[in-house]
Amino acid sequence: MRMLAFAGRNTKEILRDPLNFAFGLGFPLAVLFLLNAIGVFDIGTVSSGTAVFGTAFMPLFAGMLLAKDRESAFLQRLYAAPMTSADFILGYALPMLPIAVLQNLICYAAAVVCGLGFDLNTVLAIILNIPADLLFIFIGLLCGSVFNSKQVGGICGALITNLTIWLSGAFMPLEMIGGAYEKAAHLLPFYHAVALQREVLSGNFADAPAHTVWVLAYTVPVLALALAAFRIDEKQ
Amino acid sequence: MNAVKTVGLTKKYKDVTAVDGLDLDIKEGELFALLGVNGAGKTTTLRMLSCLCRPTSGEAFLMGKSVLSETAAAKELIGISPQETAVAPNLSVKENLELMCGIHGFSREKKKQKTAEISERLRLSEVINRRAGRLSGGWQRRLSIALALVGEPKILFLDEPTLGLDVIARSELWEVIRSFKGSTTVILTTHYMEEAEALSDRIGVMRSGRLLALGTADELKKLTGAEKFEDAFIRIVKEGRE
Repeated sequence: MRMLAFAGRNTKEILRDPLNFAFGLGFPLAVLFLLNAIGVFDIGTVSSGTAVFGTAFMPLFAGMLLAKDRESAFLQRLYAAPMTSADFILGYALPMLPIAVLQNLICYAAAVVCGLGFDLNTVLAIILNIPADLLFIFIGLLCGSVFNSKQVGGICGALITNLTIWLSGAFMPLEMIGGAYEKAAHLLPFYHAVALQREVLSGNFADAPAHTVWVLAYTVPVLALALAAFRIDEKQ
Repeated sequence: MNAVKTVGLTKKYKDVTAVDGLDLDIKEGELFALLGVNGAGKTTTLRMLSCLCRPTSGEAFLMGKSVLSETAAAKELIGISPQETAVAPNLSVKENLELMCGIHGFSREKKKQKTAEISERLRLSEVINRRAGRLSGGWQRRLSIALALVGEPKILFLDEPTLGLDVIARSELWEVIRSFKGSTTVILTTHYMEEAEALSDRIGVMRSGRLLALGTADELKKLTGAEKFEDAFIRIVKEGRE
C-alpha cells in the first residue's frame, strides 16, 4: 500500500518531466531510423540493438529521480515516515517497468514501420526483455542511491549507454574486435540482452534460457546492492 | 506521560560534538521551542528525535517509545517539517496530501476526508490544484507543515518553520502553529527570538550542543534580570560561553 502510493507519485514525477522522457524515447528512435536508412544492418539487427539500447536510458530516469529526491528535503520527510527501504526501492522501480516496456513496444512498432515482420516472436522479444529492463532500472537506483544528480547524469546518461553500445554488439559485431574484448563482453549482461532479442526475433529459442540467466545473474545482485546502498544512505 | 524525554542525548561527528548530553522533558500538548544561533545543535536534536539519525550515546523516548529500539513505533507518532521545504514539486497540493495519506496507509474514504480536513485547516483550498513547485515560499512552507499533519501525529517537529518568509507569511504561519497548542505536542527550532517568545509555552536555549537554560520566556527574563527577551537570550548565550 505504502509502496504503491509512493510508486504513484514517482510515475507522475517522471511523466511530468517531458524533457527526460522525450530524450529517452526520441534518441533511440532516431538511432533506429538512421541506421535503417544507412542500410549497413538488416532491420532485425537494428531493432533488437535499439530495443536494448533504448532500455539503457532507464538508469538515467530512475537514477535522476532518486538522486534529486535525496538532494531535497522530501526524502527526509519520508525517511521519518513508517516506510521500509524495500518500499522505497520498489516504489521507484515499479513505475519504470511499464515505461521500459512501452519504450520497447514503440521501438518495435517503429521497426515494423521500417519493414520488420510482426509476429508472436516480436511480442515475446518485448516480454523477454523485462529482465534487462529491470537490470537497467536497478543500475539507475543503485547510482541514484550513491551519487548526486550531476554524477548520475554523467554515469547513467553517458557511461551506461556507451557501455551498452560498445559491449553488447548492438550495432557492431563483437567478433570484429575479438580476443579479450569479445570474451569480456560475453561475461557482461549487455551482450546477452541483445543476443536474446536477436534469437527470439528469429524464432531460435535454444540459447534463450542461457542468455536470460546471464542477465538475471546481474539483475538480482544489482537489486541487492541498490537496496543496501539506499539503506546506508537512509541511516546516514 | 511526557511526550518527549531525552536522557544524555549526544551526537558526535568525528571531532565535533553537535549535541552534548541533552536532558529534556516535554509535556504532552506543549509547544516547545529550541532556540539558538546557527550551529547550536537544534536541527541535530530534531533529527535524532525524528529518527533521522542515531544518537552517538544517550536515549530519547517519544510517548514512552525508544527512538533506538522501537523506531517503527516511534515513527508512527511523529510528523516532521524539515528546514528546507519538503514537498513533491511536480505534484499538486492535493496530490501531495493524497500521497502522504497513501504513505500512512489510509483507505480511499479516509484519504478524501483527511485531504479536505487538512486543506481547510491550513487554508490551502485556494491553491489545492496548483503544482507545489510553483507556489510561493510561504505557501510551500504551509504545505510542508500540512503534510506533516496527515499522519495525525502526536508529536510535530517543525525545523525553522518560518525561515526566509516575509512578515505577512510568517504571521499567518504563526497563527497556524498556535492552533496546534493543546492538541499536538509541537517542538520547533528557531533562531528568531520573537518567534520563540510569541509561540512557545517553554523555551530551551542551546549553544554548542548544550542546553544552557530552560523555562518560559518570563522565567528566562527573570533569570537574567533582562527586560526584553532578546537581552535575556544574549546574556544566556554569552554567559554560557564564559
